[in-house]
Amino acid sequence: MPPDQHQTGLDRRSVLATGAAGLVVPPRAAPAPAASPSASAEETVPVQFVVNARDVALRLDPRVTLLDALREHLRLTGTKKGCDHGQCGACTVIVNGRRINSCLTLAVMHDGDSIITIEGLGRPDGLHVMQAAFVEHDGYQCGYCTPGQICSAVAMLEEVGRNMPSHVTDDLNGPVVVSDEEIRERMSGNICRCAGYPNIVAAIRAAGGLPA
Amino acid sequence: MKAFTFERAVSPDAAAAAARGLDRKFIAGGTNLLDLMKLGVETPAHVIDVNRTGMDEIETTPHGGLRIGALVRNADLAADPRVRRDFAVLARALLSGASPQLRNRATTAGNLLQRTRCYYFTDTTKPCNKRQPGAGCAALHGFNRIHAILGTSETCIATHPSDMAVAMRLLDATVEVIAPDGLRRDIPIAEFHRLPGDRADAETTLQPGELIVAVRLPPPLAGMHLYRKVRDRASYAFALVSLAAVIEVEAGRIRAARLAFGGVAPKPWRVEAAEHLLTGTDGGPAARKAAADAVLAQARGHGDNDFKIPLLRRVLDAAVLQALRS
Repeated sequence: MPPDQHQTGLDRRSVLATGAAGLVVPPRAAPAPAASPSASAEETVPVQFVVNARDVALRLDPRVTLLDALREHLRLTGTKKGCDHGQCGACTVIVNGRRINSCLTLAVMHDGDSIITIEGLGRPDGLHVMQAAFVEHDGYQCGYCTPGQICSAVAMLEEVGRNMPSHVTDDLNGPVVVSDEEIRERMSGNICRCAGYPNIVAAIRAAGGLPA
Repeated sequence: MKAFTFERAVSPDAAAAAARGLDRKFIAGGTNLLDLMKLGVETPAHVIDVNRTGMDEIETTPHGGLRIGALVRNADLAADPRVRRDFAVLARALLSGASPQLRNRATTAGNLLQRTRCYYFTDTTKPCNKRQPGAGCAALHGFNRIHAILGTSETCIATHPSDMAVAMRLLDATVEVIAPDGLRRDIPIAEFHRLPGDRADAETTLQPGELIVAVRLPPPLAGMHLYRKVRDRASYAFALVSLAAVIEVEAGRIRAARLAFGGVAPKPWRVEAAEHLLTGTDGGPAARKAAADAVLAQARGHGDNDFKIPLLRRVLDAAVLQALRS
């Protein structure tokens, strides 16, 4: 939010994180990224993984989900918490090349894994092809589900490339032919409460080089 | 979520040995367990991560069947060329369940151990005999649209939610387990899941601390493999009624048939007598009705779920007609 920053010295994240008081008093400093806020040492478990090509070492309460480790401990808030029960897909990240719900897995189960979040797919000045396609095709409205949709879509096209079947694949033994029906089925784990589905499908079709 | 201690097991034997004691849980995919831990339904004191114990291969057995490691992810099992070609009913069942993200994590063993989606089971403010033996069943006279019509008791009318397990039951799978003392044994899938009776909390015949290491499938079945699932959404929803079927048709007559139903009972529901009533027939209305009557002989609705009884008949009709057309 560059315009807001010019006026107040705050970005949208700081305002959301600190509440309205943040507008009149300086926001508190962010905690150190690797710190575990509350748990004592004997309760925590060490875990190391690679997030967006960066080595990360944390000591975490074993209850911390991968989603909370990314958002609260590493401050990678692009990945969203929607339902926190694996029903909406907003928390989708790519672990060892596979899309998963980061809310339904413990961070300490991912020692040695390689994790890609929306922040690792592209940069504001260098969008991933899927991000550019979502912009081009208006593949979002409120945007809350979008990071999950984009991570999911990127991994989905790779699954198609590996000829993985879906529920709507007629011939399980032939090559997968991507259709709108296939895209919709394969993206059914990502709910868009604004119902932006037609444009999401169009964006994925375009990013995948599939005929309109 | 209740606090727990955590360890990473390095082998199946070590994992099973670590499970000796009270309130211990294995975690693999975690897609069901962690969800229930957040809700306070599952409250383990110690969690054993089995993700780095191997058990992730699919091997062809000497007799032409498959031995599926406990940790093979649902997505990988459904995409395996042997499963797609020879056990399509299993591939179809897997692909109809959950979402791609969940199938990338959910494992073969964990899928068998999925717990019910009964709303009262997941709501710790409501009585549930499965959660707390003796507490009562809120579903019996509550909202029970998604509940069971077969195999229930006054104690519990919850369904088993798995699609995969329905196909495993049809295929006569065998579950291999290892106990904390290292002893291994086989459990036929027909004996793996329990009916509630007066112990709704005991859902399987696994003994305390036993770990599933693999699931074996016998050689492939000839015939058309199909999985028909009726649900409230086109995708990413649990079955109201589902049917795994392998039907072999020769010259317009049914040479062999196997049927297993999901969404209707506390365990995958197979009635061999119904299969025999279809075998040797033309699959016409009389044969289909006889088969459905045999499946539904003891069926009982609980109000909201009465519709499942006629729905099961229509699902059976549609599957047989699909096989005859092919």
